Amino acid sequence: MHVRLTSGGIVSGVGPTMAAIRDDAPLSGQAFTEVFQIERPRGLIDMAQLLAVAGQPMRLRFREPGSPAFKAVLMPDGQGGAVVNLSFGISLVEAVQTYKLTSSDFAPTDLSIELLYLIEAKSAAMDASRTLNRRLQVARVTAEAQAFTDTLTGLKNRRALDQTMAQLTEAKSPYALMHLDLDYFKQVNDSFGHAAGDAVLQEAARRMLRVTRQQDTLARVGGDEFIFVFEAEQDRNTLADIAKRLIEALEAPILFQSQTCHISASAGIVLVAEGNDAAPEQVVDQADGALYAAKQAGRAQFCFAG
Amino acid sequence: MHGLIFRSFQSFVTLTYGAARWGAVLRRAKVPFAEFEAMLHYEPALVETLLTATEEELEKSRDHVLEDVGTFLVAHPQMDSVRRLLRFGGTSYDEFLHSLDDLAGRTRLAVPDLDLPDLMLRDECANEYSLYCTHPMDIFGPVLVGLLRAMADDYGSLACLDHRGRKGGVDCIGILLVDLDFAVGKTFDLSAGVRDRRVAAK
Repeated sequence: MHVRLTSGGIVSGVGPTMAAIRDDAPLSGQAFTEVFQIERPRGLIDMAQLLAVAGQPMRLRFREPGSPAFKAVLMPDGQGGAVVNLSFGISLVEAVQTYKLTSSDFAPTDLSIELLYLIEAKSAAMDASRTLNRRLQVARVTAEAQAFTDTLTGLKNRRALDQTMAQLTEAKSPYALMHLDLDYFKQVNDSFGHAAGDAVLQEAARRMLRVTRQQDTLARVGGDEFIFVFEAEQDRNTLADIAKRLIEALEAPILFQSQTCHISASAGIVLVAEGNDAAPEQVVDQADGALYAAKQAGRAQFCFAG
Repeated sequence: MHGLIFRSFQSFVTLTYGAARWGAVLRRAKVPFAEFEAMLHYEPALVETLLTATEEELEKSRDHVLEDVGTFLVAHPQMDSVRRLLRFGGTSYDEFLHSLDDLAGRTRLAVPDLDLPDLMLRDECANEYSLYCTHPMDIFGPVLVGLLRAMADDYGSLACLDHRGRKGGVDCIGILLVDLDFAVGKTFDLSAGVRDRRVAAK
Protein backbone atom coordinates (compact mmCIF):
# COMPACT_ATOMS: atom_id res chain seq x y z
CA MET A 1 0.00 0.00 0.00
CA HIS A 2 1.58 3.30 -0.99
CA VAL A 3 0.95 7.01 -1.47
CA ARG A 4 3.09 9.21 -3.76
CA LEU A 5 3.74 12.83 -2.84
CA THR A 6 4.82 15.84 -4.88
CA SER A 7 7.59 18.15 -3.69
CA GLY A 8 4.81 20.32 -2.25
CA GLY A 9 3.48 17.45 -0.06
CA ILE A 10 0.41 16.95 -2.26
CA VAL A 11 -0.79 13.40 -3.02
CA SER A 12 -0.08 12.68 -6.67
CA GLY A 13 -1.06 9.04 -6.76
CA VAL A 14 -1.88 5.98 -4.65
CA GLY A 15 -1.52 2.19 -4.97
CA PRO A 16 -4.52 -0.06 -5.63
CA THR A 17 -5.13 -0.98 -1.96
CA MET A 18 -5.20 2.66 -0.89
CA ALA A 19 -7.44 3.38 -3.88
CA ALA A 20 -9.84 0.66 -2.72
CA ILE A 21 -9.91 2.08 0.81
CA ARG A 22 -10.61 5.61 -0.40
CA ASP A 23 -12.80 4.90 -3.39
CA ASP A 24 -15.44 7.17 -1.84
CA ALA A 25 -12.97 10.02 -1.19
CA PRO A 26 -9.90 9.86 -3.47
CA LEU A 27 -6.72 11.32 -2.02
CA SER A 28 -5.09 12.72 -5.16
CA GLY A 29 -4.65 16.46 -5.08
CA GLN A 30 -4.94 16.78 -1.33
CA ALA A 31 -2.20 17.70 1.12
CA PHE A 32 -0.82 14.59 2.81
CA THR A 33 -0.79 16.13 6.31
CA GLU A 34 -4.39 17.28 5.93
CA VAL A 35 -5.70 13.81 5.10
CA PHE A 36 -3.49 11.97 7.59
CA GLN A 37 -3.01 12.67 11.24
CA ILE A 38 0.64 11.80 11.92
CA GLU A 39 0.81 10.43 15.44
CA ARG A 40 4.49 9.58 15.45
CA PRO A 41 6.88 11.35 15.04
CA ARG A 42 4.86 14.32 16.31
CA GLY A 43 4.53 17.80 14.87
CA LEU A 44 5.11 17.11 11.15
CA ILE A 45 3.30 19.72 9.07
CA ASP A 46 5.15 20.41 5.84
CA MET A 47 7.07 18.43 3.22
CA ALA A 48 10.48 19.53 4.52
CA GLN A 49 9.66 18.07 7.92
CA LEU A 50 8.33 14.90 6.32
CA LEU A 51 11.50 14.44 4.28
CA ALA A 52 13.55 14.99 7.41
CA VAL A 53 12.09 11.82 8.98
CA ALA A 54 12.64 9.71 5.85
CA GLY A 55 13.37 6.11 6.74
CA GLN A 56 11.98 6.40 10.25
CA PRO A 57 8.98 4.37 11.36
CA MET A 58 5.79 6.46 11.33
CA ARG A 59 2.38 5.89 12.79
CA LEU A 60 -0.56 7.68 11.24
CA ARG A 61 -4.27 7.47 10.59
CA PHE A 62 -6.94 9.23 8.56
CA ARG A 63 -8.31 12.30 10.24
CA GLU A 64 -11.83 10.80 10.25
CA PRO A 65 -12.55 9.62 13.80
CA GLY A 66 -12.35 5.89 14.40
CA SER A 67 -10.04 5.12 11.48
CA PRO A 68 -7.62 2.22 11.93
CA ALA A 69 -3.94 3.10 12.40
CA PHE A 70 -1.27 2.61 9.72
CA LYS A 71 2.39 1.83 10.07
CA ALA A 72 4.34 3.76 7.47
CA VAL A 73 7.74 4.78 6.23
CA LEU A 74 8.53 7.66 3.85
CA MET A 75 11.33 7.72 1.29
CA PRO A 76 12.32 10.56 -1.05
CA ASP A 77 11.65 9.76 -4.72
CA GLY A 78 14.80 11.56 -5.91
CA GLN A 79 12.82 14.32 -7.62
CA GLY A 80 11.86 16.37 -4.57
CA GLY A 81 8.75 14.30 -3.86
CA ALA A 82 8.36 11.14 -1.79
CA VAL A 83 6.76 7.71 -1.62
CA VAL A 84 5.04 6.60 1.60
CA ASN A 85 4.83 2.86 2.13
CA LEU A 86 1.95 1.92 4.46
CA SER A 87 0.60 -1.20 6.11
CA PHE A 88 -2.11 -1.92 8.64
CA GLY A 89 0.16 -3.68 11.11
CA ILE A 90 -1.90 -5.04 13.97
CA SER A 91 -4.97 -3.00 12.90
CA LEU A 92 -5.38 -5.44 10.03
CA VAL A 93 -8.59 -7.15 11.17
CA GLU A 94 -10.20 -3.83 12.04
CA ALA A 95 -9.16 -2.37 8.66
CA VAL A 96 -10.47 -5.37 6.68
CA GLN A 97 -13.80 -4.96 8.45
CA THR A 98 -13.96 -1.18 8.15
CA TYR A 99 -13.06 -1.08 4.46
CA LYS A 100 -14.57 -4.45 3.46
CA LEU A 101 -11.31 -5.53 1.85
CA THR A 102 -10.91 -8.77 -0.10
CA SER A 103 -7.76 -10.77 -0.93
CA SER A 104 -7.54 -9.05 -4.31
CA ASP A 105 -7.04 -5.71 -2.54
CA PHE A 106 -3.67 -6.89 -1.26
CA ALA A 107 -0.47 -7.25 -3.26
CA PRO A 108 0.48 -10.90 -3.93
CA THR A 109 3.61 -10.46 -1.80
CA ASP A 110 1.71 -8.90 1.10
CA LEU A 111 1.50 -11.20 4.12
CA SER A 112 -1.82 -9.73 5.33
CA ILE A 113 -3.86 -12.65 4.02
CA GLU A 114 -1.52 -15.10 5.73
CA LEU A 115 -1.90 -13.11 8.94
CA LEU A 116 -5.70 -13.20 8.70
CA TYR A 117 -5.56 -16.89 7.93
CA LEU A 118 -3.35 -17.47 10.93
CA ILE A 119 -5.57 -15.45 13.27
CA GLU A 120 -8.56 -17.48 12.14
CA ALA A 121 -6.80 -20.84 12.29
CA LYS A 122 -5.38 -20.07 15.74
CA SER A 123 -8.79 -18.99 16.98
CA ALA A 124 -10.29 -22.24 15.71
CA ALA A 125 -7.55 -24.26 17.42
CA MET A 126 -8.06 -22.25 20.60
CA ASP A 127 -11.80 -22.97 20.48
CA ALA A 128 -11.03 -26.68 20.23
CA SER A 129 -8.68 -26.43 23.20
CA ARG A 130 -11.24 -24.56 25.21
CA THR A 131 -13.84 -27.20 24.41
CA LEU A 132 -11.42 -29.89 25.55
CA ASN A 133 -10.68 -28.05 28.78
CA ARG A 134 -14.37 -27.64 29.50
CA ARG A 135 -14.97 -31.32 28.92
CA LEU A 136 -12.02 -32.31 31.09
CA GLN A 137 -13.37 -30.07 33.84
CA VAL A 138 -16.76 -31.80 33.65
CA ALA A 139 -15.01 -35.18 33.64
CA ARG A 140 -13.03 -34.20 36.73
CA VAL A 141 -16.17 -33.19 38.61
CA THR A 142 -17.84 -36.44 37.57
CA ALA A 143 -14.80 -38.47 38.56
CA GLU A 144 -14.76 -36.79 41.97
CA ALA A 145 -18.41 -37.62 42.43
CA GLN A 146 -17.68 -41.24 41.57
CA ALA A 147 -14.53 -41.46 43.65
CA PHE A 148 -14.17 -43.88 46.55
CA THR A 149 -11.91 -41.67 48.60
CA ASP A 150 -12.75 -38.98 51.10
CA THR A 151 -10.64 -36.07 49.87
CA LEU A 152 -10.00 -34.56 53.31
CA THR A 153 -8.79 -37.62 55.21
CA GLY A 154 -7.84 -40.04 52.44
CA LEU A 155 -10.06 -42.66 54.06
CA LYS A 156 -12.78 -44.45 52.07
CA ASN A 157 -16.04 -42.55 51.56
CA ARG A 158 -19.70 -43.53 51.78
CA ARG A 159 -19.75 -44.88 48.22
CA ALA A 160 -16.82 -47.17 48.91
CA LEU A 161 -18.41 -48.36 52.14
CA ASP A 162 -21.72 -49.08 50.41
CA GLN A 163 -19.88 -51.20 47.88
CA THR A 164 -17.94 -53.14 50.50
CA MET A 165 -21.11 -53.83 52.51
CA ALA A 166 -23.07 -54.80 49.43
CA GLN A 167 -20.41 -57.39 48.62
CA LEU A 168 -20.40 -58.77 52.16
CA THR A 169 -24.19 -58.94 52.24
CA GLU A 170 -24.30 -60.61 48.85
CA ALA A 171 -21.79 -63.27 49.98
CA LYS A 172 -23.48 -63.56 53.40
CA SER A 173 -19.99 -63.27 54.91
CA PRO A 174 -19.50 -62.64 58.61
CA TYR A 175 -18.23 -59.22 59.65
CA ALA A 176 -18.38 -56.64 62.41
CA LEU A 177 -19.29 -53.01 61.94
CA MET A 178 -18.37 -50.12 64.19
CA HIS A 179 -19.96 -46.70 64.00
CA LEU A 180 -17.63 -44.17 65.62
CA ASP A 181 -18.51 -40.57 66.33
CA LEU A 182 -15.96 -38.00 67.53
CA ASP A 183 -16.83 -36.33 70.84
CA TYR A 184 -16.16 -32.62 71.45
CA PHE A 185 -15.32 -32.11 67.78
CA LYS A 186 -17.91 -29.35 67.47
CA GLN A 187 -16.14 -27.43 70.26
CA VAL A 188 -12.84 -27.62 68.34
CA ASN A 189 -14.52 -26.28 65.24
CA ASP A 190 -16.29 -23.53 67.17
CA SER A 191 -13.28 -22.36 69.20
CA PHE A 192 -10.44 -22.76 66.71
CA GLY A 193 -12.15 -22.57 63.31
CA HIS A 194 -12.63 -24.90 60.36
CA ALA A 195 -8.93 -25.11 59.50
CA ALA A 196 -8.31 -26.56 62.96
CA GLY A 197 -11.31 -28.86 62.53
CA ASP A 198 -9.92 -30.17 59.24
CA ALA A 199 -6.49 -30.72 60.76
CA VAL A 200 -8.04 -32.61 63.67
CA LEU A 201 -10.00 -34.83 61.29
CA GLN A 202 -6.85 -35.59 59.32
CA GLU A 203 -4.87 -36.43 62.44
CA ALA A 204 -7.76 -38.50 63.81
CA ALA A 205 -7.85 -40.45 60.54
CA ARG A 206 -4.09 -41.13 60.76
CA ARG A 207 -4.45 -42.42 64.32
CA MET A 208 -7.41 -44.62 63.41
CA LEU A 209 -5.39 -46.14 60.57
CA ARG A 210 -2.56 -46.91 63.00
CA VAL A 211 -4.86 -48.74 65.42
CA THR A 212 -6.77 -50.77 62.83
CA ARG A 213 -5.43 -53.54 60.64
CA GLN A 214 -4.61 -53.64 56.95
CA GLN A 215 -7.71 -55.67 56.09
CA ASP A 216 -10.16 -53.40 57.94
CA THR A 217 -12.23 -50.87 56.00
CA LEU A 218 -12.32 -47.31 57.34
CA ALA A 219 -14.79 -44.82 55.91
CA ARG A 220 -15.63 -41.26 56.78
CA VAL A 221 -19.40 -41.07 56.35
CA GLY A 222 -20.23 -37.66 57.81
CA GLY A 223 -18.55 -34.56 59.25
CA ASP A 224 -17.10 -36.39 62.28
CA GLU A 225 -18.59 -39.84 61.79
CA PHE A 226 -16.67 -42.91 60.78
CA ILE A 227 -17.67 -46.47 59.99
CA PHE A 228 -15.28 -49.40 60.37
CA VAL A 229 -15.91 -52.75 58.76
CA PHE A 230 -13.97 -55.70 60.16
CA GLU A 231 -14.31 -58.53 57.69
CA ALA A 232 -14.62 -62.02 59.18
CA GLU A 233 -14.19 -60.61 62.69
CA GLN A 234 -16.55 -62.18 65.23
CA ASP A 235 -14.50 -61.97 68.42
CA ARG A 236 -15.94 -59.48 70.92
CA ASN A 237 -12.67 -59.25 72.84
CA THR A 238 -10.68 -58.26 69.78
CA LEU A 239 -13.31 -55.68 68.83
CA ALA A 240 -13.48 -54.30 72.36
CA ASP A 241 -9.69 -54.03 72.37
CA ILE A 242 -9.68 -52.14 69.05
CA ALA A 243 -12.43 -49.81 70.28
CA LYS A 244 -10.57 -49.13 73.51
CA ARG A 245 -7.33 -48.38 71.69
CA LEU A 246 -9.14 -46.16 69.17
CA ILE A 247 -10.66 -44.05 71.93
CA GLU A 248 -7.32 -43.81 73.71
CA ALA A 249 -5.52 -42.81 70.55
CA LEU A 250 -8.08 -40.13 69.77
CA GLU A 251 -7.98 -38.73 73.29
CA ALA A 252 -4.29 -37.86 73.06
CA PRO A 253 -4.05 -34.08 72.51
CA ILE A 254 -3.83 -32.87 68.92
CA LEU A 255 -1.64 -29.87 68.24
CA PHE A 256 -2.75 -27.39 65.60
CA GLN A 257 -0.71 -24.19 65.14
CA SER A 258 0.21 -24.00 68.81
CA GLN A 259 -3.39 -24.73 69.88
CA THR A 260 -4.00 -27.95 71.72
CA CYS A 261 -7.25 -29.64 70.73
CA HIS A 262 -8.91 -32.34 72.79
CA ILE A 263 -11.42 -34.78 71.40
CA SER A 264 -12.64 -38.23 72.22
CA ALA A 265 -14.90 -40.77 70.57
CA SER A 266 -17.93 -42.96 71.19
CA ALA A 267 -18.60 -46.14 69.27
CA GLY A 268 -21.34 -48.66 68.65
CA ILE A 269 -20.41 -52.12 67.45
CA VAL A 270 -22.54 -54.78 65.80
CA LEU A 271 -21.61 -58.32 64.81
CA VAL A 272 -23.04 -59.87 61.67
CA ALA A 273 -22.81 -63.65 61.68
CA GLU A 274 -22.13 -65.85 58.68
CA GLY A 275 -25.23 -66.58 56.61
CA ASN A 276 -27.00 -63.57 58.03
CA ASP A 277 -28.99 -61.68 55.43
CA ALA A 278 -29.37 -58.42 57.33
CA ALA A 279 -29.51 -55.50 54.89
CA PRO A 280 -26.61 -53.03 55.23
CA GLU A 281 -28.98 -50.23 56.37
CA GLN A 282 -30.28 -52.49 59.11
CA VAL A 283 -26.76 -53.25 60.33
CA VAL A 284 -25.86 -49.56 60.37
CA ASP A 285 -29.09 -48.80 62.28
CA GLN A 286 -28.16 -51.34 64.93
CA ALA A 287 -24.68 -49.85 65.25
CA ASP A 288 -26.32 -46.42 65.55
CA GLY A 289 -28.42 -47.69 68.42
CA ALA A 290 -25.32 -48.97 70.22
CA LEU A 291 -23.51 -45.69 69.53
CA TYR A 292 -26.44 -43.79 71.05
CA ALA A 293 -26.24 -45.97 74.14
CA ALA A 294 -22.49 -45.29 74.42
CA LYS A 295 -23.11 -41.53 74.21
CA GLN A 296 -25.85 -41.79 76.82
CA ALA A 297 -23.48 -43.66 79.10
CA GLY A 298 -21.28 -40.56 79.20
CA ARG A 299 -19.25 -40.56 75.97
CA ALA A 300 -15.71 -41.85 75.40
CA GLN A 301 -17.19 -45.34 75.60
CA PHE A 302 -18.26 -48.13 73.29
CA CYS A 303 -21.27 -50.45 73.33
CA PHE A 304 -22.17 -53.66 71.54
CA ALA A 305 -25.57 -53.88 69.91
CA GLY A 306 -27.96 -56.58 71.11
CA MET B 1 -2.66 -39.39 14.65
CA HIS B 2 -4.13 -35.97 15.28
CA GLY B 3 -7.48 -35.82 17.04
CA LEU B 4 -8.72 -33.19 14.56
CA ILE B 5 -8.92 -35.92 11.92
CA PHE B 6 -10.87 -38.26 14.21
CA ARG B 7 -13.03 -35.44 15.45
CA SER B 8 -13.88 -34.40 11.86
CA PHE B 9 -14.80 -37.97 11.07
CA GLN B 10 -16.98 -38.13 14.17
CA SER B 11 -18.71 -34.88 13.17
CA PHE B 12 -19.27 -36.27 9.69
CA VAL B 13 -21.05 -39.40 10.92
CA THR B 14 -22.92 -37.64 13.74
CA LEU B 15 -24.18 -34.65 11.76
CA THR B 16 -24.97 -36.63 8.62
CA TYR B 17 -26.41 -39.83 10.05
CA GLY B 18 -27.18 -39.04 13.68
CA ALA B 19 -25.64 -39.75 17.06
CA ALA B 20 -27.16 -43.26 17.19
CA ARG B 21 -25.30 -44.31 14.04
CA TRP B 22 -22.06 -42.92 15.46
CA GLY B 23 -22.66 -44.96 18.59
CA ALA B 24 -23.16 -48.04 16.41
CA VAL B 25 -19.92 -47.33 14.52
CA LEU B 26 -18.01 -47.05 17.80
CA ARG B 27 -19.48 -50.32 19.06
CA ARG B 28 -18.55 -52.09 15.83
CA ALA B 29 -15.03 -50.63 16.05
CA LYS B 30 -14.90 -51.58 19.76
CA VAL B 31 -13.82 -48.07 20.68
CA PRO B 32 -14.26 -47.79 24.45
CA PHE B 33 -15.20 -44.08 24.54
CA ALA B 34 -17.93 -41.95 23.00
CA GLU B 35 -16.06 -38.96 21.67
CA PHE B 36 -12.75 -38.04 20.12
CA GLU B 37 -10.99 -34.93 21.35
CA ALA B 38 -9.77 -32.56 18.65
CA MET B 39 -6.65 -31.64 20.59
CA LEU B 40 -5.40 -35.10 21.54
CA HIS B 41 -3.59 -37.73 19.53
CA TYR B 42 -4.78 -41.27 18.81
CA GLU B 43 -3.30 -44.50 17.51
CA PRO B 44 -3.05 -44.25 13.68
CA ALA B 45 -4.33 -47.83 13.31
CA LEU B 46 -7.65 -46.65 14.73
CA VAL B 47 -8.36 -44.85 11.45
CA GLU B 48 -8.62 -48.14 9.59
CA THR B 49 -10.72 -49.76 12.33
CA LEU B 50 -13.17 -46.86 12.37
CA LEU B 51 -13.37 -46.69 8.62
CA THR B 52 -14.14 -50.39 8.27
CA ALA B 53 -16.81 -50.10 10.95
CA THR B 54 -18.35 -47.12 9.17
CA GLU B 55 -18.36 -48.89 5.80
CA GLU B 56 -20.23 -51.81 7.37
CA GLU B 57 -22.59 -49.65 9.40
CA LEU B 58 -23.53 -47.36 6.50
CA GLU B 59 -23.24 -50.09 3.87
CA LYS B 60 -21.16 -47.85 1.65
CA SER B 61 -17.82 -48.40 -0.03
CA ARG B 62 -14.68 -47.04 1.53
CA ASP B 63 -14.11 -44.48 -1.23
CA HIS B 64 -17.71 -43.39 -1.07
CA VAL B 65 -17.46 -42.76 2.68
CA LEU B 66 -14.18 -40.85 2.33
CA GLU B 67 -15.46 -38.68 -0.54
CA ASP B 68 -18.50 -37.83 1.53
CA VAL B 69 -16.20 -36.80 4.37
CA GLY B 70 -14.42 -34.40 1.99
CA THR B 71 -17.68 -32.87 0.81
CA PHE B 72 -18.96 -32.63 4.36
CA LEU B 73 -15.86 -30.72 5.51
CA VAL B 74 -16.60 -27.92 3.06
CA ALA B 75 -20.35 -27.98 2.63
CA HIS B 76 -21.74 -28.53 6.12
CA PRO B 77 -22.68 -25.27 7.87
CA GLN B 78 -21.09 -26.44 11.13
CA MET B 79 -17.77 -26.96 9.36
CA ASP B 80 -17.66 -23.38 8.11
CA SER B 81 -14.24 -22.80 9.67
CA VAL B 82 -12.72 -25.41 7.33
CA ARG B 83 -14.38 -23.85 4.30
CA ARG B 84 -13.20 -20.41 5.37
CA LEU B 85 -9.62 -21.51 5.92
CA LEU B 86 -9.59 -23.06 2.45
CA ARG B 87 -11.09 -19.94 0.91
CA PHE B 88 -8.09 -17.98 2.13
CA GLY B 89 -6.28 -19.79 -0.67
CA GLY B 90 -7.57 -17.54 -3.41
CA THR B 91 -10.32 -15.43 -4.87
CA SER B 92 -11.20 -17.88 -7.65
CA TYR B 93 -11.27 -21.65 -7.95
CA ASP B 94 -8.17 -21.83 -10.13
CA GLU B 95 -6.30 -19.59 -7.72
CA PHE B 96 -7.48 -21.85 -4.91
CA LEU B 97 -6.23 -24.91 -6.77
CA HIS B 98 -2.80 -23.33 -7.09
CA SER B 99 -2.79 -22.52 -3.38
CA LEU B 100 -3.08 -26.23 -2.55
CA ASP B 101 0.72 -26.54 -2.84
CA ASP B 102 0.88 -24.39 0.30
CA LEU B 103 -1.90 -26.15 2.19
CA ALA B 104 0.29 -28.45 4.29
CA GLY B 105 2.61 -25.53 5.12
CA ARG B 106 -0.26 -23.23 6.01
CA THR B 107 -1.77 -25.89 8.22
CA ARG B 108 1.56 -26.38 9.98
CA LEU B 109 1.62 -22.65 10.78
CA ALA B 110 -1.54 -23.04 12.82
CA VAL B 111 -1.41 -26.65 14.05
CA PRO B 112 2.22 -27.83 13.84
CA ASP B 113 1.45 -31.43 14.79
CA LEU B 114 -1.31 -31.97 12.22
CA ASP B 115 0.25 -34.12 9.52
CA LEU B 116 -1.63 -33.45 6.28
CA PRO B 117 -0.50 -34.78 2.90
CA ASP B 118 1.86 -32.78 0.73
CA LEU B 119 0.03 -31.58 -2.36
CA MET B 120 1.43 -30.65 -5.73
CA LEU B 121 -0.65 -29.22 -8.55
CA ARG B 122 0.53 -29.59 -12.12
CA ASP B 123 -0.97 -27.65 -15.00
CA GLU B 124 -1.55 -30.22 -17.75
CA CYS B 125 -3.05 -27.98 -20.39
CA ALA B 126 -5.61 -25.18 -20.43
CA ASN B 127 -8.21 -25.94 -17.74
CA GLU B 128 -6.73 -29.31 -16.91
CA TYR B 129 -4.73 -30.10 -13.82
CA SER B 130 -3.29 -33.07 -12.00
CA LEU B 131 -3.04 -32.99 -8.24
CA TYR B 132 -0.51 -35.27 -6.58
CA CYS B 133 -1.16 -36.08 -2.95
CA THR B 134 1.65 -37.70 -0.94
CA HIS B 135 0.98 -39.32 2.42
CA PRO B 136 1.71 -42.74 3.94
CA MET B 137 -2.03 -43.26 4.54
CA ASP B 138 -4.33 -43.90 1.62
CA ILE B 139 -7.37 -42.08 3.00
CA PHE B 140 -6.60 -38.57 1.75
CA GLY B 141 -7.05 -39.08 -2.01
CA PRO B 142 -10.80 -39.78 -1.93
CA VAL B 143 -11.32 -37.14 0.79
CA LEU B 144 -9.65 -34.56 -1.49
CA VAL B 145 -11.91 -35.51 -4.39
CA GLY B 146 -15.00 -34.79 -2.29
CA LEU B 147 -13.45 -31.65 -0.84
CA LEU B 148 -12.36 -30.20 -4.20
CA ARG B 149 -15.77 -30.91 -5.70
CA ALA B 150 -17.46 -29.06 -2.85
CA MET B 151 -15.00 -26.17 -3.13
CA ALA B 152 -15.77 -25.82 -6.86
CA ASP B 153 -19.39 -25.47 -5.86
CA ASP B 154 -18.46 -22.95 -3.18
CA TYR B 155 -16.66 -20.76 -5.74
CA GLY B 156 -19.48 -21.19 -8.27
CA SER B 157 -17.22 -23.08 -10.67
CA LEU B 158 -17.95 -26.22 -12.64
CA ALA B 159 -15.24 -28.86 -12.43
CA CYS B 160 -14.90 -32.60 -13.08
CA LEU B 161 -12.80 -34.53 -10.63
CA ASP B 162 -11.53 -38.02 -10.88
CA HIS B 163 -9.37 -40.11 -8.65
CA ARG B 164 -6.86 -41.73 -10.96
CA GLY B 165 -5.43 -44.03 -8.32
CA ARG B 166 -2.53 -44.38 -5.93
CA LYS B 167 0.97 -45.49 -6.73
CA GLY B 168 3.99 -45.55 -4.44
CA GLY B 169 2.28 -43.59 -1.71
CA VAL B 170 1.06 -40.89 -4.12
CA ASP B 171 -2.57 -40.35 -5.06
CA CYS B 172 -3.30 -38.67 -8.38
CA ILE B 173 -6.44 -36.64 -8.93
CA GLY B 174 -7.45 -35.27 -12.32
CA ILE B 175 -9.21 -31.91 -12.37
CA LEU B 176 -10.98 -30.57 -15.44
CA LEU B 177 -12.14 -27.01 -14.98
CA VAL B 178 -15.18 -26.76 -17.24
CA ASP B 179 -16.44 -23.32 -16.33
CA LEU B 180 -14.80 -21.02 -13.82
CA ASP B 181 -17.86 -18.77 -13.50
CA PHE B 182 -20.62 -21.30 -13.84
CA ALA B 183 -22.76 -19.99 -11.00
CA VAL B 184 -22.70 -17.43 -8.24
CA GLY B 185 -20.48 -18.79 -5.50
CA LYS B 186 -20.79 -18.35 -1.78
CA THR B 187 -19.48 -15.10 -0.39
CA PHE B 188 -16.27 -14.92 1.55
CA ASP B 189 -15.69 -12.08 3.98
CA LEU B 190 -12.01 -12.03 5.00
CA SER B 191 -12.60 -11.07 8.61
CA ALA B 192 -16.01 -12.68 9.24
CA GLY B 193 -14.41 -15.52 11.21
CA VAL B 194 -12.84 -13.12 13.67
CA ARG B 195 -16.03 -11.10 13.98
CA ASP B 196 -18.20 -14.19 14.51
CA ARG B 197 -15.91 -15.33 17.31
CA ARG B 198 -16.04 -11.96 19.01
CA VAL B 199 -19.82 -12.02 18.87
CA ALA B 200 -19.89 -15.60 20.17
CA ALA B 201 -17.51 -14.65 22.99
CA LYS B 202 -19.88 -11.92 24.10
